[in-house]
Amino acid sequence: MLQVNGINVFYGNIQALHDVSIHVEEGEIVTLIGANGAGKSTLLKTLSGLLKPKTGEIMYLGKPIHGKAAQTIVKDGMSHVPEGRRVFANLTVEENLELGAYIRSDKAGIAKDMAHVYELFPRLLERKKQLSGTLSGGEQQMLAMGRALMAKPKILLMDEPSMGLAPLMVKAIFDIIKMVNAEGTTVLLVEQNAHMALSVASRAYVLETGRIVLSGDAQQLKESDEVRAAYLGGL
Amino acid sequence: MEWLQQLVNGISIGSIYALIALGYTMVYGIIKLINFAHGDVFMIGAFIGFWAISRWDMGFIPALLLAMVICAVLGVIIERVAYKRLRNSTRIAALITAIGVSLLIENLMIFFRGAQSAVYPPTIENKTIDVFGAQINSLSLLILAVSIGLMILLQFIVHKTKIGKAMRAVSHDAEAAKLMGINVDNTISATFAIGSALAGAAGVIFGLYYTRIDPLMGIVPGIKAFIAAVLGGIGSIPGAMVGGMLLGVVETFVSAMGFSSWRDAAAFLILIIILIFKPSGLFGKNTREKV
Repeated sequence: MLQVNGINVFYGNIQALHDVSIHVEEGEIVTLIGANGAGKSTLLKTLSGLLKPKTGEIMYLGKPIHGKAAQTIVKDGMSHVPEGRRVFANLTVEENLELGAYIRSDKAGIAKDMAHVYELFPRLLERKKQLSGTLSGGEQQMLAMGRALMAKPKILLMDEPSMGLAPLMVKAIFDIIKMVNAEGTTVLLVEQNAHMALSVASRAYVLETGRIVLSGDAQQLKESDEVRAAYLGGL
Repeated sequence: MEWLQQLVNGISIGSIYALIALGYTMVYGIIKLINFAHGDVFMIGAFIGFWAISRWDMGFIPALLLAMVICAVLGVIIERVAYKRLRNSTRIAALITAIGVSLLIENLMIFFRGAQSAVYPPTIENKTIDVFGAQINSLSLLILAVSIGLMILLQFIVHKTKIGKAMRAVSHDAEAAKLMGINVDNTISATFAIGSALAGAAGVIFGLYYTRIDPLMGIVPGIKAFIAAVLGGIGSIPGAMVGGMLLGVVETFVSAMGFSSWRDAAAFLILIIILIFKPSGLFGKNTREKV
Protein backbone atom coordinates (compact mmCIF):
# COMPACT_ATOMS: atom_id res chain seq x y z
CA MET A 1 0.00 0.00 0.00
CA LEU A 2 2.73 2.42 1.03
CA GLN A 3 6.30 1.96 -0.13
CA VAL A 4 9.09 4.35 0.85
CA ASN A 5 12.30 3.85 -1.07
CA GLY A 6 15.53 5.40 0.15
CA ILE A 7 14.38 8.89 1.04
CA ASN A 8 16.77 11.58 2.23
CA VAL A 9 15.19 14.56 3.96
CA PHE A 10 16.90 17.77 5.01
CA TYR A 11 16.09 20.75 7.21
CA GLY A 12 18.25 23.37 5.50
CA ASN A 13 21.71 21.81 5.57
CA ILE A 14 20.97 19.31 8.28
CA GLN A 15 20.05 15.85 7.12
CA ALA A 16 17.20 14.45 9.18
CA LEU A 17 16.58 11.16 7.36
CA HIS A 18 19.25 9.01 5.73
CA ASP A 19 18.22 6.57 3.03
CA VAL A 20 15.05 5.47 4.83
CA SER A 21 12.99 2.67 3.32
CA ILE A 22 9.83 1.25 4.85
CA HIS A 23 6.68 -0.37 3.59
CA VAL A 24 3.16 -0.70 4.97
CA GLU A 25 0.68 -3.25 3.70
CA GLU A 26 -3.05 -2.80 3.67
CA GLY A 27 -4.76 -3.60 6.98
CA GLU A 28 -1.59 -3.55 9.05
CA ILE A 29 -0.63 -1.58 12.12
CA VAL A 30 3.03 -0.72 11.66
CA THR A 31 4.91 1.19 14.29
CA LEU A 32 7.96 3.37 14.10
CA ILE A 33 9.80 3.65 17.39
CA GLY A 34 12.88 5.55 18.40
CA ALA A 35 14.22 8.19 20.73
CA ASN A 36 13.50 11.88 20.64
CA GLY A 37 15.00 13.49 17.55
CA ALA A 38 15.45 10.19 15.71
CA GLY A 39 13.43 11.50 12.78
CA LYS A 40 10.09 9.77 13.37
CA SER A 41 7.97 12.88 12.99
CA THR A 42 10.06 13.99 10.05
CA LEU A 43 9.24 10.74 8.28
CA LEU A 44 5.50 11.18 8.87
CA LYS A 45 5.61 14.79 7.73
CA THR A 46 7.39 13.71 4.57
CA LEU A 47 4.74 11.08 3.90
CA SER A 48 1.88 13.53 4.31
CA GLY A 49 3.58 16.11 2.11
CA LEU A 50 4.50 18.74 4.70
CA LEU A 51 8.17 18.09 3.89
CA LYS A 52 9.71 17.12 0.58
CA PRO A 53 12.41 14.45 0.29
CA LYS A 54 15.52 15.59 -1.54
CA THR A 55 15.99 12.17 -3.08
CA GLY A 56 14.14 8.88 -2.97
CA GLU A 57 10.55 8.03 -3.72
CA ILE A 58 7.28 7.48 -1.89
CA MET A 59 4.82 5.22 -3.66
CA TYR A 60 1.25 5.16 -2.36
CA LEU A 61 -1.37 2.90 -3.94
CA GLY A 62 1.05 2.38 -6.80
CA LYS A 63 1.59 6.08 -7.53
CA PRO A 64 4.42 8.45 -6.54
CA ILE A 65 3.28 11.09 -4.03
CA HIS A 66 6.59 12.65 -2.97
CA GLY A 67 6.07 15.72 -5.15
CA LYS A 68 2.49 16.37 -4.15
CA ALA A 69 1.19 19.13 -1.87
CA ALA A 70 -0.12 18.08 1.55
CA GLN A 71 -3.67 19.17 0.79
CA THR A 72 -3.90 16.86 -2.23
CA ILE A 73 -2.43 13.83 -0.45
CA VAL A 74 -5.33 13.94 2.03
CA LYS A 75 -7.69 13.48 -0.90
CA ASP A 76 -5.87 10.28 -1.80
CA GLY A 77 -6.91 8.83 1.55
CA MET A 78 -3.92 9.49 3.77
CA SER A 79 -4.65 11.35 7.02
CA HIS A 80 -2.02 12.56 9.43
CA VAL A 81 -2.74 13.08 13.13
CA PRO A 82 0.10 15.46 13.95
CA GLU A 83 2.31 15.47 17.01
CA GLY A 84 0.87 17.59 19.80
CA ARG A 85 -2.71 17.16 18.48
CA ARG A 86 -2.81 20.55 16.74
CA VAL A 87 -6.57 20.87 17.11
CA PHE A 88 -8.01 24.22 16.03
CA ALA A 89 -8.35 25.66 19.52
CA ASN A 90 -10.42 28.63 18.34
CA LEU A 91 -13.07 26.37 16.83
CA THR A 92 -15.62 24.14 18.51
CA VAL A 93 -15.29 20.37 18.66
CA GLU A 94 -17.97 20.01 16.01
CA GLU A 95 -16.31 22.55 13.70
CA ASN A 96 -13.01 20.70 14.05
CA LEU A 97 -14.71 17.51 12.92
CA GLU A 98 -16.37 19.34 10.03
CA LEU A 99 -12.97 20.59 8.92
CA GLY A 100 -11.72 17.02 9.02
CA ALA A 101 -14.25 16.34 6.27
CA TYR A 102 -13.20 19.47 4.36
CA ILE A 103 -12.28 17.51 1.23
CA ARG A 104 -15.60 15.68 1.12
CA SER A 105 -18.93 16.89 -0.18
CA ASP A 106 -21.21 13.90 0.45
CA LYS A 107 -23.37 15.40 3.18
CA ALA A 108 -25.06 12.14 4.15
CA GLY A 109 -21.75 10.30 4.38
CA ILE A 110 -20.23 13.08 6.47
CA ALA A 111 -23.16 13.02 8.89
CA LYS A 112 -22.87 9.25 9.19
CA ASP A 113 -19.14 9.38 9.86
CA MET A 114 -19.59 12.18 12.38
CA ALA A 115 -22.09 10.00 14.24
CA HIS A 116 -19.56 7.17 14.14
CA VAL A 117 -16.80 9.39 15.55
CA TYR A 118 -19.12 10.41 18.38
CA GLU A 119 -19.77 6.72 18.97
CA LEU A 120 -16.04 6.01 19.22
CA PHE A 121 -15.51 9.06 21.43
CA PRO A 122 -18.67 9.79 23.45
CA ARG A 123 -16.71 12.44 25.32
CA LEU A 124 -16.59 14.52 22.13
CA LEU A 125 -20.35 14.35 21.74
CA GLU A 126 -20.80 15.78 25.25
CA ARG A 127 -18.49 18.64 24.36
CA LYS A 128 -19.41 19.25 20.74
CA LYS A 129 -20.26 22.95 21.16
CA GLN A 130 -17.23 23.64 23.33
CA LEU A 131 -14.12 25.40 22.00
CA SER A 132 -11.56 22.67 21.48
CA GLY A 133 -8.86 24.72 23.22
CA THR A 134 -10.70 24.11 26.48
CA LEU A 135 -10.53 20.30 26.22
CA SER A 136 -8.11 18.20 28.26
CA GLY A 137 -5.05 16.72 26.55
CA GLY A 138 -6.69 13.31 26.19
CA GLU A 139 -9.87 14.80 24.77
CA GLN A 140 -7.83 16.82 22.31
CA GLN A 141 -6.10 13.62 21.20
CA MET A 142 -9.51 12.03 20.67
CA LEU A 143 -10.58 15.06 18.68
CA ALA A 144 -7.43 14.99 16.55
CA MET A 145 -8.09 11.32 15.78
CA GLY A 146 -11.76 11.90 15.11
CA ARG A 147 -10.93 14.82 12.86
CA ALA A 148 -8.54 12.67 10.84
CA LEU A 149 -11.12 9.89 10.57
CA MET A 150 -13.64 12.36 9.15
CA ALA A 151 -11.58 12.43 5.94
CA LYS A 152 -12.34 8.68 5.60
CA PRO A 153 -8.67 7.73 5.33
CA LYS A 154 -7.39 4.46 3.94
CA ILE A 155 -4.25 4.95 5.99
CA LEU A 156 -3.90 6.87 9.23
CA LEU A 157 -0.53 8.31 10.21
CA MET A 158 -0.40 8.88 13.96
CA ASP A 159 2.34 10.87 15.61
CA GLU A 160 2.87 10.25 19.34
CA PRO A 161 -0.76 9.81 20.35
CA SER A 162 0.28 8.93 23.92
CA MET A 163 2.34 12.07 24.48
CA GLY A 164 1.55 13.74 27.80
CA LEU A 165 -1.45 11.55 28.59
CA ALA A 166 -2.33 9.69 31.76
CA PRO A 167 -1.85 5.88 31.54
CA LEU A 168 -5.58 5.17 31.50
CA MET A 169 -6.09 7.62 28.66
CA VAL A 170 -3.16 6.06 26.75
CA LYS A 171 -4.84 2.68 27.04
CA ALA A 172 -8.15 4.12 25.83
CA ILE A 173 -6.47 5.74 22.82
CA PHE A 174 -4.67 2.52 21.90
CA ASP A 175 -7.90 0.55 22.18
CA ILE A 176 -9.43 2.91 19.67
CA ILE A 177 -6.45 2.58 17.36
CA LYS A 178 -7.02 -1.18 17.36
CA MET A 179 -10.74 -0.67 16.76
CA VAL A 180 -10.16 1.73 13.86
CA ASN A 181 -7.72 -0.76 12.37
CA ALA A 182 -10.22 -3.60 12.77
CA GLU A 183 -12.69 -1.48 10.78
CA GLY A 184 -10.26 -1.57 7.88
CA THR A 185 -8.02 1.47 8.26
CA THR A 186 -4.31 0.85 7.92
CA VAL A 187 -2.27 2.53 10.65
CA LEU A 188 1.29 3.82 10.73
CA LEU A 189 2.03 4.70 14.32
CA VAL A 190 4.95 6.74 15.61
CA GLU A 191 5.58 6.30 19.31
CA GLN A 192 8.05 6.92 22.07
CA ASN A 193 6.05 4.59 24.26
CA ALA A 194 7.62 1.56 22.60
CA HIS A 195 5.98 -0.92 24.92
CA MET A 196 2.44 0.14 24.00
CA ALA A 197 3.28 0.56 20.34
CA LEU A 198 4.84 -2.88 19.98
CA SER A 199 1.91 -4.53 21.70
CA VAL A 200 -0.64 -3.26 19.14
CA ALA A 201 1.50 -3.37 16.00
CA SER A 202 2.17 -6.31 13.74
CA ARG A 203 5.49 -4.99 12.45
CA ALA A 204 7.89 -2.33 13.63
CA TYR A 205 10.82 -0.22 12.50
CA VAL A 206 13.39 1.26 14.85
CA LEU A 207 14.73 4.65 13.86
CA GLU A 208 17.98 6.02 15.24
CA THR A 209 19.45 9.39 14.25
CA GLY A 210 17.64 9.36 10.94
CA ARG A 211 18.41 5.78 9.96
CA ILE A 212 16.39 2.58 10.17
CA VAL A 213 18.49 0.34 12.40
CA LEU A 214 16.12 -2.55 13.04
CA SER A 215 12.90 -3.85 11.59
CA GLY A 216 10.70 -6.86 11.80
CA ASP A 217 7.87 -8.55 13.61
CA ALA A 218 6.65 -6.41 16.52
CA GLN A 219 6.49 -9.32 18.96
CA GLN A 220 10.02 -10.45 18.13
CA LEU A 221 11.38 -6.92 18.42
CA LYS A 222 9.70 -6.58 21.78
CA GLU A 223 11.67 -9.57 23.00
CA SER A 224 14.96 -8.70 21.35
CA ASP A 225 17.73 -7.62 23.69
CA GLU A 226 18.65 -4.55 21.68
CA VAL A 227 15.16 -3.10 21.76
CA ARG A 228 14.63 -4.04 25.40
CA ALA A 229 17.86 -2.35 26.37
CA ALA A 230 17.30 0.79 24.38
CA TYR A 231 13.56 1.41 24.45
CA LEU A 232 11.83 -0.74 27.01
CA GLY A 233 13.71 0.29 30.10
CA GLY A 234 16.33 -2.45 29.87
CA LEU A 235 14.40 -5.14 31.70
CA MET B 1 -30.90 65.28 22.89
CA GLU B 2 -27.70 66.66 21.53
CA TRP B 3 -25.82 63.64 22.86
CA LEU B 4 -28.07 61.14 21.07
CA GLN B 5 -27.47 62.97 17.82
CA GLN B 6 -23.72 62.89 18.39
CA LEU B 7 -23.87 59.27 19.39
CA VAL B 8 -25.58 58.28 16.13
CA ASN B 9 -23.08 60.34 14.13
CA GLY B 10 -20.22 58.79 16.05
CA ILE B 11 -21.44 55.28 15.50
CA SER B 12 -21.99 55.78 11.80
CA ILE B 13 -18.54 57.28 11.28
CA GLY B 14 -17.20 54.56 13.52
CA SER B 15 -18.85 51.93 11.38
CA ILE B 16 -16.79 53.16 8.42
CA TYR B 17 -13.66 52.70 10.54
CA ALA B 18 -14.97 49.32 11.57
CA LEU B 19 -15.43 48.16 7.98
CA ILE B 20 -11.84 49.10 7.16
CA ALA B 21 -10.55 47.69 10.45
CA LEU B 22 -12.09 44.31 9.63
CA GLY B 23 -9.76 43.94 6.66
CA TYR B 24 -6.74 44.80 8.79
CA THR B 25 -7.68 42.39 11.48
CA MET B 26 -8.62 39.49 9.19
CA VAL B 27 -5.39 39.75 7.21
CA TYR B 28 -3.38 40.07 10.40
CA GLY B 29 -5.19 37.07 11.83
CA ILE B 30 -4.27 34.87 8.91
CA ILE B 31 -0.76 35.95 7.86
CA LYS B 32 0.35 38.19 10.74
CA LEU B 33 0.85 41.14 8.41
CA ILE B 34 -0.32 44.71 8.97
CA ASN B 35 -1.41 45.43 5.43
CA PHE B 36 -0.68 49.14 5.19
CA ALA B 37 -1.96 49.19 1.61
CA HIS B 38 -5.44 48.51 2.97
CA GLY B 39 -6.31 52.23 3.31
CA ASP B 40 -5.52 52.63 -0.38
CA VAL B 41 -7.87 49.83 -1.33
CA PHE B 42 -10.48 51.88 0.54
CA MET B 43 -9.52 54.91 -1.59
CA ILE B 44 -9.85 52.88 -4.80
CA GLY B 45 -13.29 51.77 -3.62
CA ALA B 46 -14.31 55.39 -3.14
CA PHE B 47 -13.22 56.23 -6.69
CA ILE B 48 -14.91 53.21 -8.25
CA GLY B 49 -18.11 54.25 -6.50
CA PHE B 50 -17.63 57.82 -7.68
CA TRP B 51 -17.13 56.81 -11.31
CA ALA B 52 -19.96 54.32 -11.17
CA ILE B 53 -22.40 56.95 -9.90
CA SER B 54 -21.24 60.04 -11.81
CA ARG B 55 -20.07 58.60 -15.13
CA TRP B 56 -21.86 55.31 -15.52
CA ASP B 57 -25.14 56.47 -13.98
CA MET B 58 -25.38 53.62 -11.56
CA GLY B 59 -27.49 53.74 -8.42
CA PHE B 60 -26.07 53.51 -4.92
CA ILE B 61 -26.42 49.77 -4.45
CA PRO B 62 -24.98 48.72 -7.85
CA ALA B 63 -22.11 51.20 -7.34
CA LEU B 64 -21.46 49.74 -3.90
CA LEU B 65 -21.42 46.20 -5.24
CA LEU B 66 -19.16 47.12 -8.16
CA ALA B 67 -16.69 48.82 -5.82
CA MET B 68 -16.69 45.76 -3.57
CA VAL B 69 -16.03 43.37 -6.44
CA ILE B 70 -13.22 45.43 -7.96
CA CYS B 71 -11.60 45.96 -4.56
CA ALA B 72 -11.82 42.24 -3.83
CA VAL B 73 -9.94 41.52 -7.07
CA LEU B 74 -7.42 44.24 -6.27
CA GLY B 75 -6.85 42.79 -2.80
CA VAL B 76 -6.18 39.34 -4.24
CA ILE B 77 -3.78 40.77 -6.84
CA ILE B 78 -1.87 42.69 -4.16
CA GLU B 79 -1.52 39.55 -2.07
CA ARG B 80 -0.47 37.32 -4.96
CA VAL B 81 2.00 39.78 -6.46
CA ALA B 82 3.51 41.43 -3.41
CA TYR B 83 2.99 39.39 -0.25
CA LYS B 84 2.77 35.75 -1.24
CA ARG B 85 6.45 35.35 -1.98
CA LEU B 86 7.31 36.96 1.36
CA ARG B 87 5.33 34.49 3.40
CA ASN B 88 8.45 32.86 4.82
CA SER B 89 10.54 35.98 5.17
CA THR B 90 10.78 38.24 8.19
CA ARG B 91 7.71 40.17 9.23
CA ILE B 92 9.50 43.48 8.84
CA ALA B 93 10.20 42.68 5.16
CA ALA B 94 6.51 42.11 4.53
CA LEU B 95 5.59 45.24 6.47
CA ILE B 96 7.96 47.41 4.45
CA THR B 97 6.56 45.85 1.27
CA ALA B 98 3.05 46.77 2.41
CA ILE B 99 4.12 50.39 2.84
CA GLY B 100 5.67 50.22 -0.64
CA VAL B 101 2.45 48.87 -2.13
CA SER B 102 0.54 51.66 -0.41
CA LEU B 103 2.78 54.36 -1.92
CA LEU B 104 2.60 52.66 -5.30
CA ILE B 105 -1.21 52.64 -5.38
CA GLU B 106 -1.44 56.27 -4.24
CA ASN B 107 1.05 57.46 -6.82
CA LEU B 108 -0.35 55.38 -9.66
CA MET B 109 -3.69 56.96 -8.94
CA ILE B 110 -2.15 60.44 -8.99
CA PHE B 111 -0.27 59.57 -12.18
CA PHE B 112 -3.37 58.43 -14.03
CA ARG B 113 -5.97 60.92 -12.84
CA GLY B 114 -4.10 63.70 -11.07
CA ALA B 115 -4.04 64.65 -7.42
CA GLN B 116 -7.06 66.94 -7.46
CA SER B 117 -10.04 65.92 -5.42
CA ALA B 118 -13.42 64.88 -6.80
CA VAL B 119 -16.85 65.54 -5.35
CA TYR B 120 -19.45 62.81 -5.01
CA PRO B 121 -22.73 63.69 -6.68
CA PRO B 122 -25.69 63.78 -4.28
CA THR B 123 -27.09 60.30 -4.73
CA ILE B 124 -29.18 59.76 -1.68
CA GLU B 125 -31.57 62.37 -0.43
CA ASN B 126 -30.37 63.51 2.96
CA LYS B 127 -33.26 64.32 5.25
CA THR B 128 -33.24 65.09 8.91
CA ILE B 129 -35.33 62.80 10.99
CA ASP B 130 -36.57 63.69 14.41
CA VAL B 131 -36.00 60.83 16.86
CA PHE B 132 -36.91 61.57 20.49
CA GLY B 133 -36.06 65.19 19.86
CA ALA B 134 -32.66 64.40 18.32
CA GLN B 135 -32.00 65.58 14.76
CA ILE B 136 -30.58 62.55 13.00
CA ASN B 137 -29.76 62.67 9.33
CA SER B 138 -30.87 59.84 7.14
CA LEU B 139 -27.45 59.40 5.56
CA SER B 140 -25.97 58.44 8.93
CA LEU B 141 -28.67 55.85 9.32
CA LEU B 142 -28.03 54.51 5.82
CA ILE B 143 -24.30 54.20 6.53
CA LEU B 144 -25.09 52.42 9.74
CA ALA B 145 -27.54 50.07 8.06
CA VAL B 146 -25.12 49.16 5.24
CA SER B 147 -22.23 48.61 7.65
CA ILE B 148 -24.23 46.51 10.04
CA GLY B 149 -25.66 44.49 7.16
CA LEU B 150 -22.16 43.78 5.86
CA MET B 151 -20.90 42.85 9.32
CA ILE B 152 -23.75 40.39 9.79
CA LEU B 153 -22.95 38.92 6.39
CA LEU B 154 -19.29 38.65 7.40
CA GLN B 155 -20.16 36.90 10.65
CA PHE B 156 -22.26 34.46 8.68
CA ILE B 157 -19.42 33.77 6.22
CA VAL B 158 -16.81 33.35 8.93
CA HIS B 159 -18.89 31.13 11.20
CA LYS B 160 -21.22 29.17 8.98
CA THR B 161 -19.54 28.59 5.64
CA LYS B 162 -16.82 26.17 4.69
CA ILE B 163 -14.46 28.92 3.55
CA GLY B 164 -15.04 30.79 6.83
CA LYS B 165 -14.14 27.74 8.87
CA ALA B 166 -11.09 27.22 6.66
CA MET B 167 -10.07 30.84 7.29
CA ARG B 168 -10.28 30.39 11.04
CA ALA B 169 -8.40 27.09 10.84
CA VAL B 170 -5.58 28.57 8.75
CA SER B 171 -5.30 31.55 11.08
CA HIS B 172 -4.86 29.20 14.03
CA ASP B 173 -2.53 26.65 12.46
CA ALA B 174 -1.78 26.73 8.75
CA GLU B 175 0.16 23.46 8.73
CA ALA B 176 -2.61 21.53 10.48
CA ALA B 177 -5.07 23.13 8.05
CA LYS B 178 -3.08 21.68 5.13
CA LEU B 179 -3.45 18.25 6.70
CA MET B 180 -7.23 18.72 6.47
CA GLY B 181 -6.88 19.24 2.73
CA ILE B 182 -7.37 23.00 2.99
CA ASN B 183 -5.64 24.95 0.26
CA VAL B 184 -3.89 27.59 2.36
CA ASP B 185 -3.05 29.89 -0.58
CA ASN B 186 -6.66 30.05 -1.73
CA THR B 187 -7.87 30.61 1.81
CA ILE B 188 -5.50 33.53 2.24
CA SER B 189 -6.69 34.95 -1.09
CA ALA B 190 -10.28 34.65 0.06
CA THR B 191 -9.41 36.56 3.22
CA PHE B 192 -7.86 39.36 1.19
CA ALA B 193 -10.87 39.38 -1.13
CA ILE B 194 -13.38 39.69 1.70
CA GLY B 195 -11.37 42.27 3.65
CA SER B 196 -10.79 44.37 0.53
CA ALA B 197 -14.44 44.19 -0.48
CA LEU B 198 -15.38 45.60 2.92
CA ALA B 199 -12.83 48.40 2.48
CA GLY B 200 -14.31 49.11 -0.96
CA ALA B 201 -17.78 49.40 0.56
CA ALA B 202 -16.38 51.70 3.24
CA GLY B 203 -14.88 53.86 0.48
CA VAL B 204 -18.21 54.33 -1.23
CA ILE B 205 -20.13 55.24 1.90
CA PHE B 206 -17.30 57.50 3.02
CA GLY B 207 -17.61 59.31 -0.32
CA LEU B 208 -21.36 59.69 0.12
CA TYR B 209 -20.96 61.07 3.62
CA TYR B 210 -17.98 63.39 3.25
CA THR B 211 -18.47 63.97 -0.52
CA ARG B 212 -14.84 64.97 -1.17
CA ILE B 213 -12.41 62.21 -2.23
CA ASP B 214 -8.81 62.28 -3.44
CA PRO B 215 -5.94 59.81 -4.03
CA LEU B 216 -4.47 60.35 -0.56
CA MET B 217 -7.78 60.07 1.27
CA GLY B 218 -6.99 56.52 2.42
CA ILE B 219 -4.08 57.43 4.66
CA VAL B 220 -5.84 58.93 7.68
CA PRO B 221 -8.90 56.63 7.76
CA GLY B 222 -6.50 53.73 7.15
CA ILE B 223 -4.47 54.63 10.22
CA LYS B 224 -7.63 55.28 12.24
CA ALA B 225 -8.94 51.88 11.25
CA PHE B 226 -5.62 50.36 12.24
CA ILE B 227 -6.03 52.01 15.66
CA ALA B 228 -9.56 50.63 15.82
CA ALA B 229 -8.27 47.14 15.06
CA VAL B 230 -5.60 47.40 17.77
CA LEU B 231 -8.14 48.84 20.20
CA GLY B 232 -10.45 45.89 19.63
CA GLY B 233 -7.60 43.38 19.67
CA ILE B 234 -5.85 42.74 16.39
CA GLY B 235 -6.95 39.46 14.86
CA SER B 236 -10.39 39.64 16.48
CA ILE B 237 -13.36 40.28 14.20
CA PRO B 238 -15.81 41.44 16.89
CA GLY B 239 -12.93 43.51 18.26
CA ALA B 240 -12.57 45.39 14.98
CA MET B 241 -16.28 46.15 14.90
CA VAL B 242 -16.44 47.42 18.47
CA GLY B 243 -13.07 49.18 18.21
CA GLY B 244 -14.21 51.07 15.10
CA MET B 245 -17.50 52.18 16.60
CA LEU B 246 -15.83 53.20 19.86
CA LEU B 247 -13.21 55.24 18.04
CA GLY B 248 -15.89 56.98 15.97
CA VAL B 249 -17.89 57.86 19.07
CA VAL B 250 -14.86 59.17 20.96
CA GLU B 251 -13.82 61.33 18.01
CA THR B 252 -17.30 62.73 17.57
CA PHE B 253 -17.64 63.61 21.23
CA VAL B 254 -14.21 65.23 21.30
CA SER B 255 -15.31 67.36 18.33
CA ALA B 256 -18.70 68.11 19.86
CA MET B 257 -17.07 69.39 23.02
CA GLY B 258 -15.37 72.00 20.88
CA PHE B 259 -11.97 70.35 20.52
CA SER B 260 -12.35 69.33 16.89
CA SER B 261 -8.69 70.04 16.17
CA TRP B 262 -7.86 67.47 18.87
CA ARG B 263 -9.91 64.75 17.18
CA ASP B 264 -6.99 62.94 15.55
CA ALA B 265 -4.87 63.40 18.64
CA ALA B 266 -7.56 61.64 20.66
CA ALA B 267 -7.38 58.65 18.32
CA PHE B 268 -3.62 58.37 18.67
CA LEU B 269 -3.87 58.86 22.41
CA ILE B 270 -6.17 55.85 22.50
CA LEU B 271 -3.60 53.85 20.53
CA ILE B 272 -0.84 54.80 22.96
CA ILE B 273 -2.95 54.02 26.01
CA ILE B 274 -3.99 50.65 24.60
CA LEU B 275 -0.43 49.72 23.68
CA ILE B 276 0.79 50.59 27.17
CA PHE B 277 -1.96 49.09 29.29
CA LYS B 278 -3.63 46.38 27.23
CA PRO B 279 -1.63 45.58 24.11
CA SER B 280 -3.85 42.60 23.34
CA GLY B 281 -6.81 45.00 22.95
CA LEU B 282 -10.34 44.72 24.28
CA PHE B 283 -11.09 41.39 22.63
CA GLY B 284 -7.51 40.12 22.44
CA LYS B 285 -6.94 36.41 22.03
CA ASN B 286 -7.67 34.73 25.29
CA THR B 287 -8.52 31.18 24.23
CA ARG B 288 -6.91 28.91 26.75
CA GLU B 289 -4.79 26.22 25.25
CA LYS B 290 -3.74 23.09 26.99
CA VAL B 291 -0.60 21.41 25.82
